[in-house]
Amino acid sequence: MTRRILGPFNRVEGDLEVQLEVEENLISKAWVNSPLFRGYEQILQGKDPRDALVYTPRICGICSVSQSVAAAQAIASAQGISAEQNGRLATNLILATENLADHLTHFYLFFMPDFARDCYQHTSGFKDTALRFKALTGTAAKDVLPARAAFLHITGLLAGKWPHSLAIQPGGTTRPIEAQERVRLITTISSFRYFLQQTLFAAELEQVCELDSEAALQQFIGQNPDSDFARFIRLADNLNLNELGKATDQFMSYGAYQDTDTHLFKSGVWLNQQHQQLNPDDIREDIAHSWLNANSTPKHPFQGSTIPDTDESSGYSWCKAPRLNSQVMEVGAIARQMVEGHPLIRNLVGQSGANVRNRVIARLLELALVVPAMEQWARQIQVREPFCKSAAIPQQAQGAGMIEAARGSLGHWLRIDNGHILNYQIIAPTTWNFSPRDAQDQPGALELALQGTVLGDELEKSIKIQHIIRSFDPCMVCTVH
Amino acid sequence: MKPFNVLWLQSGGCGGCSMSVLNAESPDFYSSLTQNNINLLWHPSFSEASTDEFLQLLDGIENKQIQLDALCLEGSVMMGPNGSGRFHMLSGTGRPMFRVLESLAKVAHFTIGIGSCAAFGGITMAGSNPGEATGLQYEGKESGGLLGTNWISPDKLPVINIAGCPTHPNWVIETLIQLAMGELNTEHLDSFNRPRSYTDHLVHHGCPRNEFYEYKASAVQPSDQGCMMEHMGCLGTQARADCNTRLWNGEGSCLRGGYACINCTAAEFEEPGHCFTETPKIAGIPVGLPTDMPKAWFIALASLAKAATPKRLKVNAVSDQIKISPGQHETEKKS
Repeated sequence: MTRRILGPFNRVEGDLEVQLEVEENLISKAWVNSPLFRGYEQILQGKDPRDALVYTPRICGICSVSQSVAAAQAIASAQGISAEQNGRLATNLILATENLADHLTHFYLFFMPDFARDCYQHTSGFKDTALRFKALTGTAAKDVLPARAAFLHITGLLAGKWPHSLAIQPGGTTRPIEAQERVRLITTISSFRYFLQQTLFAAELEQVCELDSEAALQQFIGQNPDSDFARFIRLADNLNLNELGKATDQFMSYGAYQDTDTHLFKSGVWLNQQHQQLNPDDIREDIAHSWLNANSTPKHPFQGSTIPDTDESSGYSWCKAPRLNSQVMEVGAIARQMVEGHPLIRNLVGQSGANVRNRVIARLLELALVVPAMEQWARQIQVREPFCKSAAIPQQAQGAGMIEAARGSLGHWLRIDNGHILNYQIIAPTTWNFSPRDAQDQPGALELALQGTVLGDELEKSIKIQHIIRSFDPCMVCTVH
Repeated sequence: MKPFNVLWLQSGGCGGCSMSVLNAESPDFYSSLTQNNINLLWHPSFSEASTDEFLQLLDGIENKQIQLDALCLEGSVMMGPNGSGRFHMLSGTGRPMFRVLESLAKVAHFTIGIGSCAAFGGITMAGSNPGEATGLQYEGKESGGLLGTNWISPDKLPVINIAGCPTHPNWVIETLIQLAMGELNTEHLDSFNRPRSYTDHLVHHGCPRNEFYEYKASAVQPSDQGCMMEHMGCLGTQARADCNTRLWNGEGSCLRGGYACINCTAAEFEEPGHCFTETPKIAGIPVGLPTDMPKAWFIALASLAKAATPKRLKVNAVSDQIKISPGQHETEKKS
């Protein structure tokens, strides 16, 4: 039995260290450490609640808008208001732009470059893969960077800039648009559609959305072989990526992209092979194995606290361990689509669970699903109607903002006293996925996903671990905040 | 020609400056580097090398086997708790990140603070500064920081502070190119060692709400069209940056996005002492007046301008959309 400490892992957002216990060729245990602590929850104490709209986006440069939306919703819920219809549509558009840009960045710049590594040089098709996906120099980046930057023009128009906008407010958005600006918005979205159809899928987005099974997927790949999606599926099948990185197969989603009274992707939990309602009161944060003052039982985030304590001898991470009814939940695109009930993802997960291959497929599927929704939202904007309403900050109130970021469920819990922030607690998607153990010694989702992995020869040893880690698209700066 | 080797590290920040440089266009970020013979030795988000491969590279740089031309840090330097650096240990090494930075700054020809966190401590220093965050050569407005007031790089420049939250992609890329071409010297830096290329400008320059500003026709709530200085906390007339002439993500800027400039290129912007989006006033007059403007003049001009404000601006300033279009001038009508 040997112990190994691995880090730093790059092409994840922020810092990550993993400790492994390896018996013969098998990972018997894993401990995931988030080694950076900044203390946002302390920074926010005593501030004007409106200032959360400045501070919280800066928790994370890749999920910045998601943090904005969660903060705006937490404040709106404390105020008891809802956004103007135009503001809600614009918020969805800005959030979708960030989420889809993140999915794209993850696939092309963070995840795929691992298959261009020298350890794969003897696998079939390596030369083409390396030419296309090599980090920094591959041809894919030359296609993707301009398309991504052009797509983010939506944020230039609707939100001033990305990341770190103040455009998203509790009552809507700060940037009304004119008729021709709306046309430009529609054109920018359709340019992105064109890029996805040309480069990623070599097919219409609607064909991708309609895939409903492994068989349909294989047929689609056979018919549209010259796409980056097909390149990935072939690699995944050759390397058996569907056997890698299975966690609990328990999924959660807070519901993505709010409509008046519903969501584009519904909220809920997938547990014991069925969809169940989500009760936010069942969320607790456990700090038994965090470097945090742990004189208390797990708390709901409205009651939570964050007090660093390096002397905490059972601690091994700055991250807390969020649990739903004491259960470990996986969040992210795959969880959203399991909860929503997309037939392709239900079918794939039914066959092989949530694993490296299926997590990546779920993200790419969302690119195809959300762009058509964006086209509709842009058309629904009424340019002569208001975009934002104002309301006073109450002296005493509490509110929660629970939304879906690219990487999964993001929650802000705000308590206001005397017009100022009394307590502000944040649980980010990767807090769920990369949590340490809890008081019951239950490992977090990544710790479970690594456990039981059979490592190959010396060359392959670390690459499998890297595929598993990156399949979650972790955001470590959000994780601890 | 030998490439200009850049190592990019992240510490107590959000990674948003890296995401921002990825927004570069015509050409994209990667092309900007290769076309200018800049070699990214390693970047935490974009490079292939991970874990042991990276640690070997770090070793080679610290032993001077690999030349390091520019060390870029994104994010604050984390000193806490109690000066131990435990709040950010470099993964896989057991070393506090600030020790690694001190060591690399000795061998790097130039050291660059990417964004306001690395430059001054930035947003991570807000509130009680729970992380004991600081900047590379400034702690807020005070010089010092990690490396100290008198520190100078082997190639005789202080830490170059490409401040901003986030920084603009072109501020970074153009500074790197100037350095690679040997064209950046102390004359190109302002008193906070920020590139003057962008800090010789004010955010106010090119603001599309300029006419509202001239007549003091002010917005009173988010999504209003008027000037945001009087009520909404906008610091564009004092903030040093070219955001409204260089623009962000195609056609954006904070002011074009309809919200206040919070002066994010400045040291200590993170603690304005009041709500960011509300202008503090004494006797109805904003406390922070435009840079270089005598107070009496401002008050006199403002009251004159307010008296002369056309109805069009008064109405449009507090509307979501343009309610009244500009009228035709008499002389135009005749011709």
